[in-house]
Amino acid sequence: MTATALAVRPGGFRPLAGTGTLLRFALRRDRVLIPVWVAVNTLLVLSMPGTLESLYGTAAERADLIRQMETNSSLRAMVGPLFGDSLGALTAWRVGVYAAVLAAVMSLLIVVRHTRDEEESGRQELVQSGMVGRRAPLTAALLTAAAADAVLAVLLAAGLAARGATGAVAFGAGVAGTGLVFATMAAIAAQLTESARLARGLTAGALGAAFVLRAAGDSATTDGSSPLTWVSPLGWQENLRPFAGERWWVLLLIAGAALAQGAVAYGLTGRRDVGMSFLPTRPGPAHGRLGTAGALARRLQRGSVLGWSAGFFVAGLVYGAMTEGAADLVGDNEGAREIIARLGGQAGVTDAFVAAMIGTLGLIAALYVTGSVLRLNGEETSGRAEPVLAGAVGRLRWAAGHLVVAFGGSVLILLLGGCGYALGYGRDPGPILGACLAQVPAVWVIGGAAVLLHGLLPRAAVAAWGVAGAVLLLGWIGPALDVPEAVLDLSPYGHLPKLPGAAMDWPPVLLLTALAALLTAVGLAGLRRRDLTT
Amino acid sequence: MTKAISVSGLHKSFGRTHALDGLDLEVEAGEVHGFLGPNGAGKSTAIRVLLGLLRADSGAAQVLGHDPWTHAVEVHRRIAYVPGDVTLWRNLSGGEVIDLYGRLRGGLDTRRRAELIERFELDPTKKGRTYSKGNRQKVALVAAFAADVDLLILDEPTSGLDPLMEEVFQRCVAEERDRGRTVLLSSHILSEVEELCDRVSIIRNGRTVESGSLAELRHLTRTSVTAELAGPPDGLAGLPGVHDLDVRGNRVRLQVDTGHLDAVLRSLGASGVRSLTSTPPTLEELFLRHYQETR
Repeated sequence: MTATALAVRPGGFRPLAGTGTLLRFALRRDRVLIPVWVAVNTLLVLSMPGTLESLYGTAAERADLIRQMETNSSLRAMVGPLFGDSLGALTAWRVGVYAAVLAAVMSLLIVVRHTRDEEESGRQELVQSGMVGRRAPLTAALLTAAAADAVLAVLLAAGLAARGATGAVAFGAGVAGTGLVFATMAAIAAQLTESARLARGLTAGALGAAFVLRAAGDSATTDGSSPLTWVSPLGWQENLRPFAGERWWVLLLIAGAALAQGAVAYGLTGRRDVGMSFLPTRPGPAHGRLGTAGALARRLQRGSVLGWSAGFFVAGLVYGAMTEGAADLVGDNEGAREIIARLGGQAGVTDAFVAAMIGTLGLIAALYVTGSVLRLNGEETSGRAEPVLAGAVGRLRWAAGHLVVAFGGSVLILLLGGCGYALGYGRDPGPILGACLAQVPAVWVIGGAAVLLHGLLPRAAVAAWGVAGAVLLLGWIGPALDVPEAVLDLSPYGHLPKLPGAAMDWPPVLLLTALAALLTAVGLAGLRRRDLTT
Repeated sequence: MTKAISVSGLHKSFGRTHALDGLDLEVEAGEVHGFLGPNGAGKSTAIRVLLGLLRADSGAAQVLGHDPWTHAVEVHRRIAYVPGDVTLWRNLSGGEVIDLYGRLRGGLDTRRRAELIERFELDPTKKGRTYSKGNRQKVALVAAFAADVDLLILDEPTSGLDPLMEEVFQRCVAEERDRGRTVLLSSHILSEVEELCDRVSIIRNGRTVESGSLAELRHLTRTSVTAELAGPPDGLAGLPGVHDLDVRGNRVRLQVDTGHLDAVLRSLGASGVRSLTSTPPTLEELFLRHYQETR
């Protein structure tokens, strides 16, 4: 009798046991992350109608815009085709893709954070030894992402309802649906790889590829009907056509893709061991050649630099290939010129387009430099820096190893982006590479800010992502939003000369370089004086 | 230089927590020094100060004759450190990490490296993520024992090792001592400390409460004595240092402060001893006495 008292009552595998608890736990852990992402996305979209109304107030202006979008493949590649002249349709055109990208990034971060991140750190082992089913962690992660996307959809629909209720619902559903597609894609990546960093990288790479496919498809056709657009999840959002005769069945496509990917992820997660992956790690060398902190830093960041280099080269290639279209602009159409000027350019339309595109690369490089500098923080908080610094390695030399990769790497990826651009454009690479190099001081200022945060406030160093994100938003959306000049000037990118086309302007470039050096120096001085965080 | 580590009046606070509250520590060159204390006593904080990773608020610390904060790099060239919880880079193999740590210190003895890998039964080709806790610990231990250094600082280095590996570890430490190296060993495994350490320091609440050789420490504690006498004992209760005296006919059980053992034996002898057991305090009792006083 005593033996049977110990036996567990059979109740099946219960693969979802504990999902509710995990979901509440995940929502609590993300109580800052999710509201910030949702708020930024919502504010971005809801600020649009007013701005667009002031830019395109009259019917004539809107007709002009529609004509431009039909004739200008480069503009279509950037923001997608325009399907109507209502304020709602204009809003969906101008920010639809970007809102979908933001939702996708939010969703993929949430899913990886609660799946592979947990497994990689070993925390999941303890969790799953409790009354937690095999598929509960993945379910909770997907539900967390779904909850965030649902809140976003409701806010967007409510905020845009005044522009037309059906269109607002379609817009919100499309953005949230795109988020779910990338949430489930991240769920698959989290099963395939052993490292959360790689899972995020793979999904973000797929997102980048989706953007490129959509851009290529949209530059080829005026109505989003290209197969390239249809292959891209980001193309579905525009083909849903919110505020312009909604095609509701596209939502079925989005839901189908999300469900299919989710099913694959579920199948995979049930078939593998906790902590393991389908892409196993191979054995490494028994002897190592690494001998300095600098070599270690280069080795640790090698993969990420390679990934960013490839991404920048391809992006440059695509942008370069689009540039010819910008020159085909209907004569010297004032409206189109104004649009491009607002996207960051000046003067000669082609040059302005090139400047805008390279400016975009420069903005994205802020993400690279932030991530690369914050490796210092990751090494320190994980405890891996401690034995290195207990060796004969000064803190400055340890930091310098990573900073060389961060600051040197930003030059490298920008130059590779420029090479790709020159190749795709088929023109003299000199001015293009020059324009790329002119972005460097602003990128370095962002990197310097990250060094400063790590040196002085190591526990708040992740705020560097906030800095990079704010600069990105200001650069991308700011000009279209009539943001006051004083606010735009906060971004270092606002002070860069718009090369090629504009004249080289040395004082701001030199001042920004000096500012970057100052921020870095103060950060390093702080790092040298403070306690190591553990 | 006879002192490998010399620390006096070390203070370190994190916010309102006083992790170190006037710590003293003397480690002679060439000795294996046990560093003991309950969880949260400040052992790891003290070690991080000795490594120059944390900056002491006040007090003086000298490691190998230098201030560990201002001369961190020179000092570290001659130190090997093993933390209690080793974290490795997921995509570097154990062998790569061992060689890296070696080069970041004073260099690596490749013959000894190969020998240690064999003795610890470590597979150096596995990547960081795939090692178990014990094997991660072995990576750091091989790197430390193969390093060409004067001082080893080991912070609970055997957590996660199986008993066989624990034995290998103890032999390695003994070899280090025989080669004239100094070892500071923070540990909770008392048999390990008893086996290896020449001297120990016990800290509590960030302060040193006891320091000396094990024999000296034993001297400060009580020995239990059980005796069967020829006749009833006489005058035992009046002797200094006697506790828990229990007399039943001719049988006597008592505890005596080890310093007063001599007088007790004399008194017992006067009554005629038929049998006698005297048990010196175990290390466990020693530590329990110190640890429990924290509560």
